[in-house]
Amino acid sequence: MSVLSIRGLRASVAGREVLRGIDLEVRSGEVHAVMGPNGAGKSTLGNVLMGRPGYTAIEGSASIDGVELLGLSTYERARAGLFLAPQDPTEVPGVPLAAVLAEAGIGARAGQMAVEAARIGVPTALLERGLNVDASGGERKRLETLQLAMLRPRIAVLDELDSGLDVDAVRAVARRVADEIGSGASGARPGAAAEGEGRREPLGVLVITHYRRLLEHLLPDVVHVLVDGRIVESGGAELAEQLERTGYGEHQPPGSESPLST
Amino acid sequence: MEHSGFSPSASAELASEGGPWQRRRRVEALERFAAFEQPTTTLEDWRYSRIDELDLGLYAPVRPGDARTAARHGHHEPAALLLEQLGPALATVRSVDGVVVAIDQPRESQQLRLTTSAELGEPPPGLGELVAHHDDVFVALSDAFSGDIVVLDVPAGARLEEPIVILHEQLLTETADGRRPASFPRTVVRLGEQAEASVIEVLVSGPGRRLVVPVTEIDLAAGARLSIHTLQELGRDCWHLGYQASRLAKDAHFTSFVAALGGDYARQLTRSSLEGAGSEGRLLAVYLGDGEQMQDLRTFQEHVAPHTRSQLVFKGAVGDKARSVYTGLIGMRHGARRADASQTNRNLVLSEGAHADSVPNLDIEENDVRCSHASAVGPIDPELVFYLESRGVPPAAARRLVLLGFFEDLLGEVPSRASAEHVRRAVTERLLAMEVTA
Repeated sequence: MSVLSIRGLRASVAGREVLRGIDLEVRSGEVHAVMGPNGAGKSTLGNVLMGRPGYTAIEGSASIDGVELLGLSTYERARAGLFLAPQDPTEVPGVPLAAVLAEAGIGARAGQMAVEAARIGVPTALLERGLNVDASGGERKRLETLQLAMLRPRIAVLDELDSGLDVDAVRAVARRVADEIGSGASGARPGAAAEGEGRREPLGVLVITHYRRLLEHLLPDVVHVLVDGRIVESGGAELAEQLERTGYGEHQPPGSESPLST
Repeated sequence: MEHSGFSPSASAELASEGGPWQRRRRVEALERFAAFEQPTTTLEDWRYSRIDELDLGLYAPVRPGDARTAARHGHHEPAALLLEQLGPALATVRSVDGVVVAIDQPRESQQLRLTTSAELGEPPPGLGELVAHHDDVFVALSDAFSGDIVVLDVPAGARLEEPIVILHEQLLTETADGRRPASFPRTVVRLGEQAEASVIEVLVSGPGRRLVVPVTEIDLAAGARLSIHTLQELGRDCWHLGYQASRLAKDAHFTSFVAALGGDYARQLTRSSLEGAGSEGRLLAVYLGDGEQMQDLRTFQEHVAPHTRSQLVFKGAVGDKARSVYTGLIGMRHGARRADASQTNRNLVLSEGAHADSVPNLDIEENDVRCSHASAVGPIDPELVFYLESRGVPPAAARRLVLLGFFEDLLGEVPSRASAEHVRRAVTERLLAMEVTA
């Protein structure tokens, strides 16, 4: 059983404090959703956790199973079990996914890419190109899901994973993520059975989203409302429905209605 | 310009090389040479170059007899391995210090004629004409001191499946009078209408300071298709001043790929002149510099006829204290209606001490044309490294993947897999040895 534990996290981007004290705990098998208006700091949370250049943690801690992430290099955070599917996956010219996986420390499992790709509906042509090169927004999200499935992290932060996807694709991608979340309990993992592995620890997920669409397929255990760098409310799945009806208006602090970019 | 090394008496050493036309040509060229000033960096064409460091007085042309002796006594070891890597060739030419010492080609082939100038009763058509735009002291030296000119003719309609490999080795370490050797490999390639061929030029050298001035002129008749690869893998003490000029008739198609890897100061000028309607030129290059190397690449995409297209992609990386400069001109001449040109130059600067310049230029005389150019100079993009690291790839491996991918993007476009594979290997080896500090 793994746990991502975030305590009193404050972080800045370009000298401006964007996260002003975040407390969160995500355990294996749980889905937490972070929702909030534009500029609230949702993407910053994922980027700070992963250590993206330009995102600086000022105070607080973030750990997986007691391993403090904030002092580690990005690669060490990944090896500690953290995965970030960024909002805009980066194009890597001339480097196909297989070359990345070969260096990702997942051993012989890297050879399973084609099987996994077929399962998620990633066309072969996409795998032969540089990663994300000439790929549509939706294709990139499928590729992110493929990487999640290949890398088998403990905790995944999914930043707007559904953007650019049509209804069927959202379903396919969400189902694949759900398989990982339920991997301890569900028998719906033919891959794992074929490999003759024992039960794996289920994935813990932090879904960052502006809309509820993905949450219809990936039912959240907890929904957090992030406004102006703070979690102002947490609740069950019903909170997401309520937000969709009412918007974030009542959560906005006075005078901060114009979206800030983070 | 007076230099005792490049003297009439040195020219006289070439008297027995080739027929009367060649002797006359050498005499005229020597006069041209004498009238030229050595260029300086104050000239636009030589801006950013290291031409001011060149003292021609230290050099002398290699005597053909000495080249032949050197050829008998050995060869550049890596060259043999390289030829092997390039795979099967339809024909192979070997020159040593600019003197052709062997031609290996199918007997009585209707598919190609591969000769040297010595066997020709008159100059091959086009000789000197294509490079005339860039006539300078070095082209004049080439005209005056080329021992043999390699002449490749592919008759109309012939389609060569395998490449023709032209290996230029430089072996001599010193001239008879104790100077640094200067060699002048010279090549003329002509394709008849609808002919198809591929050529791989290889430049290598043994140890020692030297000057190598290869000049290659390429003339493509209507509908002809040629790809030419120039693998410049000269020694690290070598000064290289290379010229490649091509002329395309109607609907001809040309691909030039340059791998500029060797040399101390290495300059490659590539001019492609699209003179027939619908002709298309693709110019590709990779270049690397480390140590104190400098790679200097100059390109000219000349659109003369309507509906002509050209695409240029040049990519380079410099580390240590190396430098590179890319200078490219797209010329859209009056009458080149609906012509389309693109030019992309990208540079990675891998250390604080390295430096790259990128200087794109446009000269547009025709209204109804499309031009695009993009250039970039900078370190390895930290966003790419971050992204790969976030997948669990260690930082050094992530940088290496990004670096190799930067070139792979272009190498994937290179026709003739064997040649691209060789360059891929050479580039990989060099990049892995380079320290990435920026």
